[in-house]
Amino acid sequence: MLRTNLEHVNTKEELQTLIENNEKVAVSCGRMGPMCIPVYDIFDVLSDRHPDIKFRDMDFDIPDAAVIRNLPECRRFNGLPFTIYYRNGKVVKATTSIQTAKQIKDIIQEVFA
Amino acid sequence: MNQTTHQFDLIIIGAGPAGLAAAIYSARASLSTLLIDESSAGGQVKTTHQVANYPGFVEPIAGYELAGNMRNQAKKYGARFELAADISAINFVGKEKWVKIDGETFNTKHILIATGSSPRTLNVPGEQEFMGSGISFCATCDGEFYKDKDIIVVGGGNSAMEESLLLLQFVKSITIIHQFDNLQAEKITADRIIENPKVNILWSHEPRRFEKKEDKMIITAENFKSKEFVTLERDGVFIFVGMESNTDFLRNTPLQLTEQGYIVTNDKMETNIEGVFAAGDVRDKKHRQITTAVSDGTIASLEIIQKI
Repeated sequence: MLRTNLEHVNTKEELQTLIENNEKVAVSCGRMGPMCIPVYDIFDVLSDRHPDIKFRDMDFDIPDAAVIRNLPECRRFNGLPFTIYYRNGKVVKATTSIQTAKQIKDIIQEVFA
Repeated sequence: MNQTTHQFDLIIIGAGPAGLAAAIYSARASLSTLLIDESSAGGQVKTTHQVANYPGFVEPIAGYELAGNMRNQAKKYGARFELAADISAINFVGKEKWVKIDGETFNTKHILIATGSSPRTLNVPGEQEFMGSGISFCATCDGEFYKDKDIIVVGGGNSAMEESLLLLQFVKSITIIHQFDNLQAEKITADRIIENPKVNILWSHEPRRFEKKEDKMIITAENFKSKEFVTLERDGVFIFVGMESNTDFLRNTPLQLTEQGYIVTNDKMETNIEGVFAAGDVRDKKHRQITTAVSDGTIASLEIIQKI
């Protein structure tokens, strides 16, 4: 179970609804580990600056997280968290393992500007 | 572009336990206090699974929760936070000091540096490129991706050996690459590793390059003694080679650093530059704990409060 300030995605149906109804969505799928927590916290900080982007997290170990675990973009990923950026319902970027605030800000600029 | 300017009594760079403790004291003393961090608040504590030695908590507390409490306490007393911040320029010299972030200038007479330390990287080709797709820095996080696989662990200190013990629950074999010809970890832990039949150790070697060939990692390592190179093919690489100070942004300033990059202070946490203080793991000292970071931050803040 994730204990963060972000809203959690708990089911694959929730994720589908989220990406269908919002142009810009970022979901970080992981655990409460040292590589994941910084990404969730940076999402939390950035959510105030980017109200147009829906920042969420998802527990890597729930069965419905397979919707992220099994994405073709994650096929070679071996590091948590798997972080997926969706635009208009499509995956536009996926990253593995920890990312710095600068890296995340650069991705947002790249895929959501 | 117009620059917006703000004035603070104290600017704290780094929002880990040292910075947060300092902010709690200074904000409670009615000093206008700004905390700047390139990431989020909480430092290394927020990623610590359980903290069992922080006084006041009879049962272990999750590091994430402890860090969150410290942050909320500082906020409650009025400290302002600039998080996920890119510092574009900084000036320590003279009475008026300033920090520039995203087109805004923050002025102050007192700066406290509390940027802590981070896991050291090897800085060799391929290390950053394959992070998360063959290279990892966390056994707890990524060990299960290597179930029944052959991996490499780089390092021979306590962290490397403790993480190796965890990895041995998952993997088929571990080859340890270590720069010395003996392990630096505590003997009891080192012995458990050396005696494990799934472990092989490449002594006096250091990785020079990581490459990827389909799903395999190709590791080139140099033997320090013979100067010869060996090439290994494994499924993954875990790197645990200690910590380093977060002081890269201070390299071209007049601030006195040790050879290892830690900031030299006196027992009031003053640096060699008037008005610039340092606290926590970034400071040159022997013991680095949450409690010692909080202590440093408290002392620095009290010294600054006395000067204003």
